Amino acid sequence: MEHIRTTKPSSGFSFAAKISVEQVKLLDRFSTSNKSLTGTLYLTATHLLFIDSHQKETWILHHHIASVEKLALTTSGCPLVIQCKNFRTVHFIVPRERDCHDIYNSLLQLSKQAKYEDLYAFSYNPKQNDSERLQGWQLIDLAEEYKRMGVPNSHWQLSDANRDYKICETYPRELYVPRIASKPIIVGSSKFRSKGRFPVLSYYHQDKEAAICRCSQPLSGFSARCLEDEHLLQAISKANPVNRYMYVMDTRPKLNAMANRAAGKGYENEDNYSNIRFQFVGIENIHVMRSSLQKLLEVNGTKGLSVNDFYSGLESSGWLRHIKAVMDAAIFLAKAITVENASVLVHCSDGWDRTSQVCSLGSLLLDSYYRTIKGFMVLIEKDWISFGHKFSERCGHLDGDPKEVSPVFTQFLECVWHLTEQFPQAFEFSEAFLLQIHEHIHSCQFGNFLGNCQKEREELKLKEKTYSLWPFLLEDQKKYLNPLYSSKSHRFTVLEPNTISFNFKFWRNMYHQFDRTLHPRQSVFNIIMNMNEQNEQLEKDIKDLESKIKQRKNKQTDGILTKELLHSVHPESPTLKTSLCFKEQTLLPVNDALRTIEGSSLADNRYSEYAEEFSKSEPAVVSLEYGVARMTC
Amino acid sequence: MEFAELIKTPRVDNVVLHRPFYPAVEGTLCLTGHHLILSSRQDNTEELWLLHSNIDAIDKRFVGSLGTIIIKCKDFRIIQLDIPGMEECLNIASSIEALSTLDSITLMYPFFYRPMFEVIEDGWHSFLPEQEFELYSSATSEWRLSYVNKEFAVCPSYPPIVTVPKSIDDEALRKVATFRHGGRFPVLSYYHKKNGMVIMRSGQPLTGTNGRRCKEDEKLINATLRAGKRGYIIDTRSLNVAQQARAKGGGFEQEAHYPQWRRIHKSIERYHILQESLIKLVEACNDQTHNMDRWLSKLEASNWLTHIKEILTAACLAAQCIDREGASILIHGTEGTDSTLQVTSLAQIILEPRSRTIRGFEALIEREWLQAGHPFQQRCAQSAYCNTKQKWEAPVFLLFLDCVWQILRQFPCSFEFNENFLIMLFEHAYASQFGTFLGNNESERCKLKLQQKTMSLWSWVNQPGELSKFTNPLFEANNLVIWPSVAPQSLPLWEGI
Repeated sequence: MEHIRTTKPSSGFSFAAKISVEQVKLLDRFSTSNKSLTGTLYLTATHLLFIDSHQKETWILHHHIASVEKLALTTSGCPLVIQCKNFRTVHFIVPRERDCHDIYNSLLQLSKQAKYEDLYAFSYNPKQNDSERLQGWQLIDLAEEYKRMGVPNSHWQLSDANRDYKICETYPRELYVPRIASKPIIVGSSKFRSKGRFPVLSYYHQDKEAAICRCSQPLSGFSARCLEDEHLLQAISKANPVNRYMYVMDTRPKLNAMANRAAGKGYENEDNYSNIRFQFVGIENIHVMRSSLQKLLEVNGTKGLSVNDFYSGLESSGWLRHIKAVMDAAIFLAKAITVENASVLVHCSDGWDRTSQVCSLGSLLLDSYYRTIKGFMVLIEKDWISFGHKFSERCGHLDGDPKEVSPVFTQFLECVWHLTEQFPQAFEFSEAFLLQIHEHIHSCQFGNFLGNCQKEREELKLKEKTYSLWPFLLEDQKKYLNPLYSSKSHRFTVLEPNTISFNFKFWRNMYHQFDRTLHPRQSVFNIIMNMNEQNEQLEKDIKDLESKIKQRKNKQTDGILTKELLHSVHPESPTLKTSLCFKEQTLLPVNDALRTIEGSSLADNRYSEYAEEFSKSEPAVVSLEYGVARMTC
Repeated sequence: MEFAELIKTPRVDNVVLHRPFYPAVEGTLCLTGHHLILSSRQDNTEELWLLHSNIDAIDKRFVGSLGTIIIKCKDFRIIQLDIPGMEECLNIASSIEALSTLDSITLMYPFFYRPMFEVIEDGWHSFLPEQEFELYSSATSEWRLSYVNKEFAVCPSYPPIVTVPKSIDDEALRKVATFRHGGRFPVLSYYHKKNGMVIMRSGQPLTGTNGRRCKEDEKLINATLRAGKRGYIIDTRSLNVAQQARAKGGGFEQEAHYPQWRRIHKSIERYHILQESLIKLVEACNDQTHNMDRWLSKLEASNWLTHIKEILTAACLAAQCIDREGASILIHGTEGTDSTLQVTSLAQIILEPRSRTIRGFEALIEREWLQAGHPFQQRCAQSAYCNTKQKWEAPVFLLFLDCVWQILRQFPCSFEFNENFLIMLFEHAYASQFGTFLGNNESERCKLKLQQKTMSLWSWVNQPGELSKFTNPLFEANNLVIWPSVAPQSLPLWEGI
């Protein structure tokens, strides 16, 4: 709380209470005219809140703030630009420079915490008791998940080697390895792998008896070898009774892998390992991805962007190229299993970024369970959280090394989105689910994504001090359902996406989720959802009425004796009928209200001006301007 | 029959057909006067019927005695035929070439087509100007129908009946026609019932370098303004291009002579630039090998989406003038037969709920494209694959359809028709068994006696059975003005094409 500073004496307010600045303007990001909303800016312990004159609230979580920038003073005030990790950009103008400076400093400190304990999750209280909290954490059970895949079995077993995080700190306690791999072999192999991340099972394909395994790069240098590691790989290939050879996928570009050899790391030498087929797939590293996204966002933030600048910017950012590379790698992986029946070992450098991407996407292609809401949570829990994707460092939860920040998980979500676009019926969840998860990897509101590995999470006692995100998402799952989902037709099928370049599109709903003027004004999706809901409601009504009719019939037969009873039944039916009619009639207007085009409300600035370029080039002639536009009939 | 001379080999067996995304089919190839037919002669297999007029370009290749003909269609399909026997292949190729480039319109398929369906409603009479006029004549009495162009003498590219301000007599119209490019004097295109504002369109004024003026012209367009109100003239050319046009006798309205009007220049490309853009776009789409960066740079280089954005922006601006500003507008480019029509028709889609219904959209095409004299015959003679480029070919109508699709994407529930309807229109504009899109204007269609000799596309489309294919299940009449977004992020590529 000591970070919140402002010149206004907060008389009557305690320090934790809201501190506000009035007459702040919120500028429209893409309008060249100075269209703006005026309102009051509040700073709370966790959020920045802006309430405009229409009482519309904009909440920005401090943890979502990626950067705050104070621009040069203008005549109308001091501009403050805030960029968020969820791709929201807001542009405030604060009338007094002093206020602006104070907000700026407060936000700077509030958005970058030094300690985990200061994060929102540790103070967030959704009013649940301890047992509910515990239940929430137990919602996703990975042991259950491995059982679902069919392990342990005659080839694979649970290893207790890492029970106390002794062999590998960044792995979970419970790991599955080939049954014939003894503990000394595991220990030996882990010493030969970067950060001790030896090959373990990530996904087991029951029908094909083939496995996806993951690890980090071997410490091979130019010539070093390790017999235990070779044995372990052999054990993995032997655990597959159908196919003796296995693929080893190095997800890095070959050049990067070779450069690593000089540092005593590197990649497997095919001569030393029997029955392996080695393959580079060329996904770039976290630094390339970070600057690629930065470029993309720079292009998209431009006002009055021309079509050509947009596409050349999209191209030069390379973002879609990277997405395609990840997708291609996952497809290669899935094909190796389905077509060749071969097990695959995936690694990159440390085996927690690209490896997580490829393993999880590969599993998603292979197993329809992961395309359900619950299954997708399990997938994230397994391949990302438990195997030590460094969420806190990659998302910059704490004030740390900016070079460790990278949108690796965002890329994974985007790949999934591309799959949902290509296979609209195959996923139980919709885009909204992906966006919500993306929101929460940065929000630090729940404990799931805090910390960098399981060991760290246990030390932080997250399960006792914070809440799990999953039960909350599951409770709201109606919001995230895909109305087109047909579980039957896609249940057992493997997805085979087409990666021709023009299938990759810019994900507008992610990178412009808050720029509502850019989105279609009507959503087919919402309408189908509403129709489904109405259908359900109507069906329920029918059932209710039918049961009432039945009751009445019974009553009638029973009550033939007593005239009074008959009498009391009859007058009821006409009212019932009218009430039914009313219900259907009232449904329609509700329906209409839902269908009104977004942008029809006063507060909404969705209508934009089209004469911008023109008014610049020939100012003498005309300039068409409107304060707040509204749809009119 | 002359066709027989052109068909040297009418039938070849064992021809293999390859189409992208379909399994190969082996069968018998037949050539008729208007079709290329491939049938596997088995039940329940699809036959390929391809109109010769749909063929844009062909390539032949030989490997030993096996000849391969690659046929590129105007609707961007590419099909490959493997024909055994060198001579047969050569014969077939030359026949196709000859048949797909017939000069005479009267030899085209629509003149031979006999409908297999019962005509419930003759499409030639579905959208008469008189009926259209009645739609707004109840709201206003300021306009009248003029028959001044009855013999196509005043303006060869206008229909016989046009709507003009009531206060202007036919004599004045004749004078104005001499002052406007191609005789295209300002006529009513759209009447906005909400506030009585109008969209007019015309050809460029022939001011020339010495600043000619025409009092009748000024009077005509001023007659559409309410007292004290101003109007906007949207010139679909940039100021530079408009100024250059003066050297060729064209030009634009001078402020001094039209004090009540404000001129806005919106640059929309025309002719070969659009055609090249389309060629580049289709090439990029067909190149399956290239990687992400090349695809994006090719897409960018094609400029197709830039054109879409420009056209949409101009249309939105026009709609904005009408609905928000409460001002009437006059739209013209050079001839007033291309970009002008794109803007006027798109503005109507934005403003007028009726034009978002199937019949309303058909009426819009009939009125703003066919009767307004968009030269379909010239513009749609060839498509993206043809090597011989004529300067008057341009995918103007396709661009318009793409723009409609963009708006449809943004307002998926406000249109009664779906994407298939737009694609169907595109296909028929380039090659069709119907006479609707033949000829360049009403006068040519009259001379060809299309109404008597061919079927109208609308007769076929407006059958209930056909309509169901083109209906959008989510349609809910929406009486609002719809404002699309024109940001590049909001304009995706139309995959259906």
